[in-house]
Amino acid sequence: MRILVVEDDLEAQRYLVQGLKESGHVVDDAADGDLGLSLALSRPYDVAIIDRMLPKMDGLGVVAEMREHGNTTPVLFLSALSEVDDRVKGLKAGGDDYLTKPYAFVELLARVDALMRRRSPVTVKTQLSVGDLHLDLLTRAAKRGDQAIDLQPREFRLLEYLMRHAGQVVTRTMLLESVWEYHFDPQTNVIDVHISRLRAKIDKGFDTPLLHTIRGAGYMIRAR
Amino acid sequence: MTGRGAMMRNSFRLLRTQAFRIVLVYVLLFAFSVSALLFFTYWNTRRTIDDETDQIIEAEITGLNEQYVRLGIRGLDESVMNRSLHPGQALYILADSAHRYLAGDLDTWPSITPDPSNFVEFDYERRTSGVPETRRARGRIFPIQTPVGDYYLLVAEDVHDRDITQRMFTTTLPWTVALILVFGLLGGALMSRNMLRRLDSINRTSGEIVAGNLTRRVPVSGAHDEFDVLAENLNRMLDRIERLMKGLREVTDSVAHDLRTPLNRLRQRLEQQQGRLQSAGSDTSDIERAIAETDQLIGTFNALLLIAETDAGTARGAMSPLDLASVAADVSELYEPLADEKNVTLTLIRPSGVHSGETMIEGNRSLISQALVNLVDNAIKYTPPGGRVTIRPGLSFQGVDISVADSGPGIPPEERPRVVERFVRLEASRHSPGTGLGLALVQSVAHFHNAELLLEDNAPGLKATLRFPRPAARLMPTADPVKAAQIPSRSAAE
Repeated sequence: MRILVVEDDLEAQRYLVQGLKESGHVVDDAADGDLGLSLALSRPYDVAIIDRMLPKMDGLGVVAEMREHGNTTPVLFLSALSEVDDRVKGLKAGGDDYLTKPYAFVELLARVDALMRRRSPVTVKTQLSVGDLHLDLLTRAAKRGDQAIDLQPREFRLLEYLMRHAGQVVTRTMLLESVWEYHFDPQTNVIDVHISRLRAKIDKGFDTPLLHTIRGAGYMIRAR
Repeated sequence: MTGRGAMMRNSFRLLRTQAFRIVLVYVLLFAFSVSALLFFTYWNTRRTIDDETDQIIEAEITGLNEQYVRLGIRGLDESVMNRSLHPGQALYILADSAHRYLAGDLDTWPSITPDPSNFVEFDYERRTSGVPETRRARGRIFPIQTPVGDYYLLVAEDVHDRDITQRMFTTTLPWTVALILVFGLLGGALMSRNMLRRLDSINRTSGEIVAGNLTRRVPVSGAHDEFDVLAENLNRMLDRIERLMKGLREVTDSVAHDLRTPLNRLRQRLEQQQGRLQSAGSDTSDIERAIAETDQLIGTFNALLLIAETDAGTARGAMSPLDLASVAADVSELYEPLADEKNVTLTLIRPSGVHSGETMIEGNRSLISQALVNLVDNAIKYTPPGGRVTIRPGLSFQGVDISVADSGPGIPPEERPRVVERFVRLEASRHSPGTGLGLALVQSVAHFHNAELLLEDNAPGLKATLRFPRPAARLMPTADPVKAAQIPSRSAAE
């Protein structure tokens, strides 16, 4: 996958580019807004990672220009600004996701993966399946093999999000943001307890576990 | 809300204004003094007229008495006849002991109490150009005792004109008072409406500014009156506040940027090192601890920054109508499994007898959720296994409340004011994880919303209550079912 990184802190940029390359992506980089914008408009990228504060042209301006030219590349904003309403500004300007510095690289990678997945043609799905686990989005029913699973509404949303990102790492922050709509981290890790409850419902009594903990990163649902 | 309801509420508002009250007092005072003046004039006029009439009558009686003394009853009779020939204000009747007419221009003896010591008033009939007319007269009876028998002489004056004047006064008085009241109140209403309009525009502006829109200014009418002076002063103050806030925002932004950039590099280096050690198969536990410490540092820094921003009120623009009961339900749902795992009973008590819309307030959903999360997190952390934590949204007399009560050790009363300060941690909790900023954030979120954070004894345990002011009437959706149905979906979409 092709990724554009626009970041003026050269050390951070080097680390980011190296990490993404090690994860198997093709990466172009730019250190200011002008160059970032011309790269974004001249080559196809799967994801653009853009810093909020850039020399020559601000990150918000870059994305606004991109959208003006009909460019729909998913954009992940990186910001070192205070975050209270900066997130709203970033998303309003056309950003798709927002990450505050300092961030863990796994968090960034998980979000980049999620953004790339979003790009693939969206078909309206009414059924999600991972292995023998099936989720019917219309009847709100879950089933593993022949066994029906009784889920609370929030558990259903949690499982739905995990299954939509099957095979991808999903971080705790991503779950908090999309399942609970909280853009802050509670001091205690409440998500882990929700996951273990869900795991008890879908994996208990089955030979192959589907819901995996990825150490130091988050969770992943996958068939094997 | 119906138009009539709104109109009635508006006129009630008008009546409650200071301007209207002042006008009302003045109008009543004025009406009273005008009535008093008119009444005094009327009373004085009548007295003067009556005195004059009485003097004339006395003079007539004195004159006739002289005639009688000089010429006897016959002479009196003749004098009365003579005087009656000239029609005028004066009226006479001479009657015998049975009050039968003997002479005079009154045809019959009027029905009056025969009291010679006082002036009497009576109605009589007079033909003016052939039409009979009842008129009023004032007179005095003069009894004459003769050896032949008793006679009565009544000398009177027509006081019809006096009565007309009197009627004029009695009809004018209520009309005058009514007109004073009508015009006074109308003027008062106009005056207070005008004042209200000016004040409303100031209030509206300050409301928007409190809600976070610092670019708003109070409109200046250009009339150069005291309201304009007030508006200009307020605007100058606002300019200054806006400049200060902008400066503050720039400072927090650059502090954030200048601290986050090196923290970011630090974390990245640690991660890099961790990767290298991992691929070399070495022990990474020290690096992992260093990363965890860095994350703790970042967490503290973020919390401090958020408190600073919330205190400064720069976290604007995200205010929306929201239901405290639904915020409470969400947080309760998030923490229920954690409490369960710790063997603490977490209960959400839905307010009984409260309609779903009544716990609506205007607020920042993210900040309020975070404050509540901090309270619930603390409550679960400090409640021993087997204990209970209760979240209760509801209405109180003073506002819209949300309380979190636990059965933990509580906070001694003398420590309660201190625990909401930054970095204050009580001895008992010094060794459990936490930044010491949790309650400080709750406190600033409370300030941000003009709410109060109350820490009370739950006997045993702590009861923390966030008390939000009741929103203005326009936010109460119960009056408008359509609007009420829209609000939850709007806040859910955010």
